Amino acid sequence: MTLLVAKNVTKRFGGLVALNKIDIEMKDNAIQSIIGPNGAGKTTFFNCVTGFYTPEEGDILLGEHNITGLSPDRVTQLGISRTYQNIRLFKNMTSVENILVGMHPHLKAGLIGGIFRGPLTRKEEAEALKEARRILNFVGLKGRGDMMAKNLPYGEQRRLEIGRALASKPKLLLLDEPTAGMNPSETHEMMNFIRHLRDELGVTILLIEHQMRVVMGISELISVLDFGEKIAEGTPVEIQNNPHVIEAYLGRGAASGLVQAAA
Amino acid sequence: METNTSFSWKEFVKAGLLGGAVAVLLSLVGMVAAFSGRYIVSGVFTMGQVLFIAPILLSTYAALRRNRQLTNSNLFMAGLLSGLVGSAILALLVLIGSMVNLRAMLINASPELYGILTFGRGTGLGIVILLGLGLLIGAAAAGFLLLPDRIRHALTQAIIWVLLIGLLRDLIVTVSFRWGPLSSIVRQLFAVSGLTIIGALILFLLVGGVSYWRWGRPKRDAAESFNQQRPAARWLTIGITGLILLFLPLILGTFFSEILDNVSMYILMGLGLNIVVGFAGLLDLGYVAFFAIGAYTIGILTSPELGIATMSWWEALPFALLASFLAGFVLGLPVLKMRGDYLAIVTLGFGEIVRLLVLSDWLRPWLGGSQGIQRIAQPSIGPLVLNTQQELYYLFLIGLGLVAFIAWRLKDSRLGRSWMALREDEDVAMAMGINHVSTKLLAFATGALFSGLAGAIFAAKLTSVYPHSMNFLVSINVLSLIIIGGMGSIPGVFIGALVLIAAPDLLREFAEFRYLVYGALLVVMMLTRPEGLWPEKRRQLELHEEEPAVVPAAD
Repeated sequence: MTLLVAKNVTKRFGGLVALNKIDIEMKDNAIQSIIGPNGAGKTTFFNCVTGFYTPEEGDILLGEHNITGLSPDRVTQLGISRTYQNIRLFKNMTSVENILVGMHPHLKAGLIGGIFRGPLTRKEEAEALKEARRILNFVGLKGRGDMMAKNLPYGEQRRLEIGRALASKPKLLLLDEPTAGMNPSETHEMMNFIRHLRDELGVTILLIEHQMRVVMGISELISVLDFGEKIAEGTPVEIQNNPHVIEAYLGRGAASGLVQAAA
Repeated sequence: METNTSFSWKEFVKAGLLGGAVAVLLSLVGMVAAFSGRYIVSGVFTMGQVLFIAPILLSTYAALRRNRQLTNSNLFMAGLLSGLVGSAILALLVLIGSMVNLRAMLINASPELYGILTFGRGTGLGIVILLGLGLLIGAAAAGFLLLPDRIRHALTQAIIWVLLIGLLRDLIVTVSFRWGPLSSIVRQLFAVSGLTIIGALILFLLVGGVSYWRWGRPKRDAAESFNQQRPAARWLTIGITGLILLFLPLILGTFFSEILDNVSMYILMGLGLNIVVGFAGLLDLGYVAFFAIGAYTIGILTSPELGIATMSWWEALPFALLASFLAGFVLGLPVLKMRGDYLAIVTLGFGEIVRLLVLSDWLRPWLGGSQGIQRIAQPSIGPLVLNTQQELYYLFLIGLGLVAFIAWRLKDSRLGRSWMALREDEDVAMAMGINHVSTKLLAFATGALFSGLAGAIFAAKLTSVYPHSMNFLVSINVLSLIIIGGMGSIPGVFIGALVLIAAPDLLREFAEFRYLVYGALLVVMMLTRPEGLWPEKRRQLELHEEEPAVVPAAD
């Protein structure tokens, strides 16, 4: 089953074409990556999928829903959630509260429920709290629940952000550079954690990643963007030997040198 | 720590200059003279004197504390230097004032001020006394620093309490007159102005003794100890607090009940604005508009003057609340996409629009124009019409109880979390599935509703409304009290209102300098304690009794 289909997605900012006719497909339960040099359009693609940007052309389908142009909150309700390149937690709220906010689409209490706190609301809150603690344990933050998000160490902030994204029970999880700023052992841990996410929870995961070790280690399929164009797609091995990709990363001279050396 | 024998003279000269400059400023704006009639300890010293001594003392002390590593003798030298420089600036003011007439420009540079600064001993001797006082201040600051922590803490507490009780003499004495046996004791402690010497000594020793005794004992904050009480004890605390609140106007009497009503009204508005600004992070500078809408709706619907409707106050109340609630929505709609500064400017404009509308001749037949609306109905319960300050207090009390309850419930609800998420990061909040339109509109409307309620009671209190009561400064006052109390903190609103609204009303001299003190207080707060006097505390959600508490490592 394909979960996500992006067809012909084009996004322009004034004269700049940030994404040009991008096609990306994702299968259920897959781990896929988007790579590419800075400014290639990776995060723009994420923003299009999550509803922050509306693409000028093309369609984005999640399962049978066409989510092109839907507002971010609708997209989240339909089952996509994400993390950010520069961690964006609710800094002055506790870890548990961050996760509770993530559960927002699955809770119902409104103004009246909040004021009167009837049995239904109380039950809902109690269950949400229990679930939040469970997620906290799952991402390895047991005991940190009542700390302000801003006071957590860097690595834990990353994991809390993933926990918050998981709280909305997404079908598709978009991770924007989850290992940025991590040392090799932390990176290794994060890779295992991402695999664990997929295996335990059955979430489909799309990554933006710069560290090649991570990308090649866990992706089943890699799409390469450069200047808004998709220049290659394939398994890690295919991508590693693709001359276009080498050229995009290292420049034309280096690419021809490598090709000659290989020949 | 290594003792450092050499120290920079410059820093202490600077500290002295700073303290002296603040003292001169307080003198020239007229505060020293205004407070010189208010004794703290009768016949010994006045608040006026405190105002020009304290800046030098505090500035010297702060500088010394930064240089704790100095040897004792150097500390004393530094203190003397700083104190001397500070008092020299004041002496310079006196000297210049005696030679040149400064009053042409600085109207407060009066002979009366010089008299206060020189302790009434004339220019020559006065300056010598002033410089001597400076040395004394410096020595006191240094000596104070060298005291053991426990004694210093006790002394600080004792001094603060003597100042506070001395300043609040009028309140305490007036209240005590209503209680026969108590008043005879109180009369021993208080003079015509301020404390008697004996009263001051007793208070000083009492507070000092208690805080000396309590030093080092584990301190719990009020909320925490309240939560740890057993249910029976907790209900007792609630009951006693309730009883005190119920009888407060009887204890305080007419004059202070008016202040109480004023404070309650501002708390009511503060709780509303706290939802908009503190919870949801939407900076609203036109908050007075909703207050006006509440008050005017009551006016229009109850006053026989306009001939539109003559409802009773209670009948008009739902309309007033509905009108302000809807006004919150209406203001919310155009500003949904605005953030920060832009939002502040637009809401400020909205507040002014409402004020100008009620002032306009165009709407005079309906809103009374600059004459306002008179003969507004007052609420009645059965045959009893609530028309005194003391009776209206109960209306405020009920309103406050309701509003505080709603604010407290919402704070920890799903809606409250959504507001806070929007405040922290709007984009991400939206990505979490929060609908920013309805969530923001609810914040505006709920805040507006509370303000409308305050306006409705205000209309009943004055039985009239005028456009000039719907001043921009009301919005600023409410915003200031939230900032001083602590953004997003419900007890903070109460504290902020006590500091900003009750204090100037209790000390008549302050009223004149109200906005000067506000400004200074805001700047000082922002620099030293930006989280406010009673900062917001997040509820502990993870750790329960059944789970062992894991103490997070501090890193």
